[in-house]
Formats: sequence, structure tokens, C-alpha cells
Amino acid sequence: MAGLITSLILIPLVGALALWIGRPRNSRVVTLGFQALAILYVLLIWQRFDSTSGLPQLVEQYSWIPALKADYFVGADGLSLLLLLLTSLVFPFAILAQRGSRGLNALMLVMQAALYGTFTAQSFVLWFVFYEMSLIPAFLLIRLWGGEKRDRASTKFFVYTFFGSVAMLLGFVALYVERHTFDFRLLVLLHQTMPPLSPVVGWLAFAGIFLGLAIKVPLFPFHTWLPDAYETAPVGVSMVLTGALSKMGLYGFVRFLVPLFPEQIRIAGPWLLTLAVCSIILASLAAWAQKDLKRMVAYLSINHLGYCLLALFAITAAADRRLGDMQAALSGVFFQIFNHGITAAALFYYVGLLEERRGARGFDNFGGLMQRTPLLCGWMSVAMFSSLGLPGLNGFIGEVLIFKGSFATAASFTAVAVFGLLFTAIVFLQAMQSLFSGPLAASCSTLPDLLRREKFVVVPVTVLMLVVGIAPEFLFKMVSETVTHMARVLS
Amino acid sequence: MIAWTIYSTFVGAFAVLLAPRTWSRPLALVAAFAGFFFSVEGFFSRTIDFAHFTTIVRLPWVPVLGMNYQLAVDGISVTLCLVTGITAVSSVLFSWDVQERPNEFFFWLLLVVGGSYGVFLSADLFLFFVFYELVIIPKYFLIATWGSTNREYGAMKLTLYSFFGGALVFIGILAAYVGAQKAGSLSPLDLQQLVHLRFPVELQNWAFPVLFLGFGVLAGMWPFHTWAPTGHVAAPTAGSMLLAGIVMKLGAYGALRVALNLFPQGFQMWRHWIAILAVIGIVYAAAVALRQRDLKFVIGYSSVSHMGFVLLGLAAATGLGLGGAVFQMFSHGVIGALLFAIVGRMIYPRTHTRDIYELSKFNLKVALPFAAVAFVIASAASMGIPGFSGFAAEISILIGTWTSYPVGVVITGIGMALVAAFTLRALKGAFFSDQPQVEPAAAVLPPITLPEKCGAILLMGVTLCAGVYPQLLFDRINPALRDFRLFHP
Repeated sequence: MAGLITSLILIPLVGALALWIGRPRNSRVVTLGFQALAILYVLLIWQRFDSTSGLPQLVEQYSWIPALKADYFVGADGLSLLLLLLTSLVFPFAILAQRGSRGLNALMLVMQAALYGTFTAQSFVLWFVFYEMSLIPAFLLIRLWGGEKRDRASTKFFVYTFFGSVAMLLGFVALYVERHTFDFRLLVLLHQTMPPLSPVVGWLAFAGIFLGLAIKVPLFPFHTWLPDAYETAPVGVSMVLTGALSKMGLYGFVRFLVPLFPEQIRIAGPWLLTLAVCSIILASLAAWAQKDLKRMVAYLSINHLGYCLLALFAITAAADRRLGDMQAALSGVFFQIFNHGITAAALFYYVGLLEERRGARGFDNFGGLMQRTPLLCGWMSVAMFSSLGLPGLNGFIGEVLIFKGSFATAASFTAVAVFGLLFTAIVFLQAMQSLFSGPLAASCSTLPDLLRREKFVVVPVTVLMLVVGIAPEFLFKMVSETVTHMARVLS
Repeated sequence: MIAWTIYSTFVGAFAVLLAPRTWSRPLALVAAFAGFFFSVEGFFSRTIDFAHFTTIVRLPWVPVLGMNYQLAVDGISVTLCLVTGITAVSSVLFSWDVQERPNEFFFWLLLVVGGSYGVFLSADLFLFFVFYELVIIPKYFLIATWGSTNREYGAMKLTLYSFFGGALVFIGILAAYVGAQKAGSLSPLDLQQLVHLRFPVELQNWAFPVLFLGFGVLAGMWPFHTWAPTGHVAAPTAGSMLLAGIVMKLGAYGALRVALNLFPQGFQMWRHWIAILAVIGIVYAAAVALRQRDLKFVIGYSSVSHMGFVLLGLAAATGLGLGGAVFQMFSHGVIGALLFAIVGRMIYPRTHTRDIYELSKFNLKVALPFAAVAFVIASAASMGIPGFSGFAAEISILIGTWTSYPVGVVITGIGMALVAAFTLRALKGAFFSDQPQVEPAAAVLPPITLPEKCGAILLMGVTLCAGVYPQLLFDRINPALRDFRLFHP
């Protein structure tokens, strides 16, 4: 009898197989059915989850490749559960956003399974299997169903990510040779109890793993694949890429890079913080300069993930660290991960709606939408405000915690990074102005407002944003023990 | 029972030769299946001792010279017999349409297969050499008669290289034979006995490189690899599959079973050079593949690159490295065969071109969806995406090699990225191109036939199974390796 988590990973895979073999006529309904089942399983896991413990729960461990001491080892702590929840929400949302063919839906399901695996695997080899399992579907989704520049964009995406993966694999190989295990928790434990790695091995392993994750997130200057990929991908795929896939890299940072290499991060700290600040500032400036809505949202995605990295580097690199600051920063990171997933996916969804109506997505193509489609504009503004961190919406809480935690440890960097918020606000205000207000553009005079089926998507998502913004307690409860546990490990 | 792989295949070969023309294909399939059956039976057998190279047949042959017909088996042998069986069945399936003199074609094909089983099971040095050389001749005829591009040149080059390698192997074997006699051994050709002899270090130091070089030629070791791409391209599809799937493994297996095992000290002295050549081979072949336009050349060079991993794993001289090397032999056998089958059998006869840019005009993802899916899976496996057999092999080779050659491992990482790059390039160019369709005939390419589908599904299934549960193979390979002389100095 397979455990809950294994079943959760298998559900989308079975769904993909069913789509492939069964060739159902309405593949979208079948896909959504399997995703509903997955949500049910996540809720079950949540119900069984004991939030008073910071350790992985519902653990399943079987011997898998004893020759490499690699186990099939899955479990979920607060962070994993949060990401499982996020994945389960973003994927059906993305499926609803597009009329995909059977192949597209099947590949999306494979990706969903890969993400469930990535967020629950507790041992590197298994984690890597799932991590890479998302790569080929993502490549094919962009390559086959993407827009104009899909060939270049998909290749760039694949080559960057694969190169990063190889680097990360080599990093872990180096680590394994020293420590003789792939188990994340055991590695952290050994790191604390055993003598440190030799400098060469330590730095090599750090560099390899860092490169792999930094490309995936992405961190400036490894981000150049992202705008192309997000812009070209079909709407639903962009939503998933930003909402869920980009979290794989962040998850890796939190789960093993930061706990395993605190010394290296401390030494390289100023440089890493500089990169994170560059990510934040430059990406928001780049977003400001974009003429294409989708590209703008893509750059803002880099900006938002930059905050997470800023907090992570800040708390690890600082000399004197209080547990309170670290907890604040870590919970901020977790919140930002979740909220960015929801908000960025929603923004891509709205951009998709606009593109579907108008057949283009440049700023010049729209104007005065408020007169023609007030509902669409209203709901979309909520997502935009959430993205720029308006209090009362979900984006706010994460950013506040991040800034609080990082300011205490890396004040100057954080001070610069705050300007990122300012630029983001400018970007969104500018976008709202040119899209929503002003005279109604002639080309927009026939656009329909939100349809009923679209409301079924828009309303729940916005409600979720409000709920998280006003009463984030339920998420806090889920992750607080994990945060405390991680903060203790770090200090 | 596993000895019957050899007998059933040879009997099948002669039956095919003598049978009426229409019977040749089914008979060949039956013979290949029989061998496959016996190899599977051996692989899952509970009676075979995988940890020791155990004699199963021993008959006196030329007693005066100490030659015996002696077969033995351990976990490594059964693993390689299994990949031979898989490749044999699928290559017969992918030759289903051979019209020209099918009897002879399948006769030669089965001789290659039978000889390979023989090599993997021989425990007598001379018998080993006989089987080893037996494989070369049928290869020549297969390529020269049924081959495609530049077949005479390819066949001749391959044969000359093989004979050159064979000659070196023969010298090495003679050295061992004479050395053993001097040491007073009563059975100077018996591998099991020879393993326990301690040859003088001077002998080892010159005999090992000669022997290893001889085997390395067949394993596609840089810079003696040049026969491989041309040979693969010139060969008919089944020939390429056998070359990539089995024949290159003969060299690697010989290097492991004979060279490493008999001359461990010589190996220790020379292994740095092997590692250097292996790493160069991995990166160089991948870089060359990046520039090829002919899909078969791309795959041919990728074979050289993948075999570089085998040699690197051997040079590591650790349990994990050697285990990974044997795993890679298995894995590459399956993946290489699959790639050649798709390009040589599914694509080329339908499009009459293998040029990546020409193929891009056919919109193959729509015209041949099954081939496209199969090629995506084969590409992923070839790149070393986890979940396929290539990854398990590569990661254990990398871990095994790290302690001895960390720099080599890092350079190998570049090679892996290059492998992904050229595979992606081929995949995109040939299958997922956006070029406007200029060939009106492209839309009506004949569909993929049932034998082709069966063969491809068999190979895809195996690479997936071995990737998801690699321990199945490691359970057989690693105990056998622990018994090696190398680890008991």
C-alpha cells in the first residue's frame, strides 16, 4: 500500500497515462478531474500533518539503489506542504486558462508529478530525478505550443537549465564522496558534527550546486533565459513556470544550499547579496522598459524571487544573527514563495485574457479598457496591487517579513533593495494607466468583459489573495515549526 | 542453461542459411528470441552464483596446449548476455524488411550475436579470442553487402581496425600464456586460474597497455575511434545496432575481464593514461557530434562519447566506477541500438535522407509521431536524464572517479553538457522544426510498422526499467566485481 505522498505523486502520472492511452475526447475535464483528486490528497496530507513538529512527516523510505546509498525517501515538512498546496492550486488554474490539446494537458500532468516529487524528496538522487523530470515536458511545451520565438526560447531554456543541472550533479558528487550519503537531513547533520570539508571540495560543491539553483530561480546574471521562455510559452505554461517551477530552485536553496554551505555563503556574502540586489533592482527597471505585457510580468517575476534570495543570503551571511530575525526572514521567504506563485500566475492569466481578446499584448494595443471592460480591469488591478505589496493583500506580509529580517542583518543591501518596491509600483501604475484609463482605443471597442467561466476562475483566486492577506494565520501555523527548526539549524 | 544462448543462436544461424527464403525472417526471430530467453533466464536465475566467475561447461579441446572449451558465468556476464539478447531481438525486428538475400543477412547477423554470447561467457583465453575474432568477419559482410553510405570504405576500415586490435590482443594473450607457463601453471589459458597468478611486474607493464589498446580499439577509445562513426554510418540498421549495442562492448568487456584482471599492476601503472584518453574521448566526440549534419554521424560520435564513460569508469579502479562502467555498457547498448533503429530504420527509408536540415522539411512530429516520441525518449536517455538507465551509470562513474580524478570529472561535466546540446540540436532539427513544409510527399510517409513498434517499445522499456530500478543490475554486477583481483592485492 503506497503512502499518501507516493499516491499524490502517482495521481498526475496516472492521469497523463490515461490521456495518452485513453485518448478521451474532452481531455481538459479529465485533467481537471485528476487535479481535483490531487487537491483532495493534499488536503488529506494537511489534515494528517502535525504542525507542532518541524521535521518531515508522513515519511516513506524504501531501499532503492543501495549501490549508491540512494533511497526512495519522501516526506513533507511545513515548507513541502506549502509548496504541495501551491502546486495543486496553480496547475488546475493553468489548465483552465488555456484550451490545450491532449498532448499539452498530458505534459502538464507529468510536470505536476515532477513538482510533487521535487517538493517531497528527502534524498538527492530522488530529488534530482524529479527535478529533471520536469525539464523535458517544459521544453516540449514551449517548443511545440509556444509563440513566435519558441525555437530560440525553448533551446535557451533547456541549455541553461541542463548546464545548471550538470553543475549541480557534479557538486553533489563531490559532496557524496566526502560524506557518503545523499540524504538531505543527514548531510546537514554531518555538516554540523563532522569536521568541515576541505576548502577545495567545499567550494567546488558549493559553486556547482549554487550555479544549478541560481539558473533555475533565476538569479541575476543567470536570468536571461527567463524573459524569452515566459514570453513565448502558452499562457498556462507561463503560469506554471513562474508559479511552481521557479520555486524548485528556491526550494533547493532553502532545503540544502543554505544549511550545507553557511561558511561559503558567509565568505561570498557581499557578492551574493549584490547579485540578489541586482536581481531586484535591475529586473524591476527592465520591467519598466518593456513594451510587452507578458515580458513585463516575466521580469517582475525575477524581481520578486530576488527578495527571497536577499533574505536567505542576508540571514546566512550576517555575523551576529538573532533567532527572531532569522525566523522573520525565513517565514517571509516562505510566504513570498507561496504568494508570488499565486499572484504571478494570476497576472499571467489576466495577460492571457487580454491577449485572447485583442490578439496582441503590447501596451500600445490597449487603452481605456476601464470604459469597456470594467470587471476585468477591476479584478486585474487586485492582482497588480497584490504583486506590488499592498497591505491587506497577500503580497504584503511576505515582503514585510523579508525586509524586517534582512534589514536587521544586512541593512545597506536591504535599503537599496527597497527601491525595487518603488520601481515595481511605478511599473504597475504605468501599466494601469496605459491599459485601463485614457480614451478608449478604437481597436478595443468590441472587447467583451469577463465571461462567466472566467469569473469562476477569477473570483476564487482573488478571494484567496484576500484571505491570505487578511488572515494569514493558517499558513503561519503550517510553517512556523519548520521555520523555527530551520532557523535553529542555521544558527 | 545460459550456455544455450550460444548454441541456440548458432543453430539458428545455420538453420536460417539453409531454410527457404520466406522462412528466414521468422526463423531468425525465433533464434534471437531463444537466445534472449536463455539470457533472461540466466539473468533471473537463482542457481547461478553471480559473485564468482563459475565454470558451467568444461571440455578438453587441445589438451597438449592446455586449451579447453570452457564457459563460465558471473553477474557481469549475465548482464552483458542480457543486453546482447535484447539487441539481437530488436535488431531482427528492425530488419524485417530486408529484401536482398535475407537468408545470408540473418545468418551473418546471428553469427555476430552468437560470437558475442561466446565472448561474454568464455573462461578460456583462447576460446575467448576465437569468439572475439569470429565476430569480425560477419560484420564485414553485413556492412559491405547490405550497407548504405560509403559501405566498402566503412567495412574495410572497420575490419582493418578490428584486426589491428585483434593482433594486439593476441600478443597480450600470448604474453599471459607464456608467462603463466613459466610460472609453472598447468592450465595456462584458464582465466580462473590465471587470475590467481602473479605475473612479474615488468611483464605486466608492457603487456597491459598492449592488451588494453587492442581492446580499446574495439571499445572506441580515442584516438582509435575513427572506425566507429564511419562504420556505424555505413552499416545497415541492424548492423549499426549490433555495433553500438554489442560489438563495442566486446572491447570494453575484454579490457575488464582480461586486461584488468590478469595485469592489475600494469593497470595501476597505466590507468592515468586511460583516464586522460577517456575524458578526451568524451568531450571530443561530443564536440564533433555537435557539428555533424548526418543524423547517423551524430549518433555514431555519441557512441564514442558514451563509451568514453565506460573507459573512465574502468580507469577509476573503484567498485563504483567499475560497476558504473558495466552498467554503462548495458545502458549504452540499449540506447545506442534504439537511436540507430529510429534513424536508420524508421526515418531514413521513409525520407531517403538523414541530413538534419533536409529532415526538418518533413515535419516529422506530425508525419511520424511514434518515431518522434521514441526519439524524445531515446534522447532523454542518451543525455543522462535521471529515470533512464544512462543516469544511473553516469552518476556511479562520476562518484567512483571523483577520488582519483576530480579534474577529469569536472571536464566530463562539460562533455555531458555537450552531449545534451548535440542531442537537443538533432532532436529539434529533425523532429521539431518549424520550417515550412516544402515536400508535398512528406505528408504521406508510410506509417511505422508493427515490428518496428515492438522493437522500439522493447528497447524503451528496458532503458526505463533499468533507470527506475538500477539495483536490479547492480545486484548482479557489484558482487562479481568484488571478486576481482584488483580489489585483493
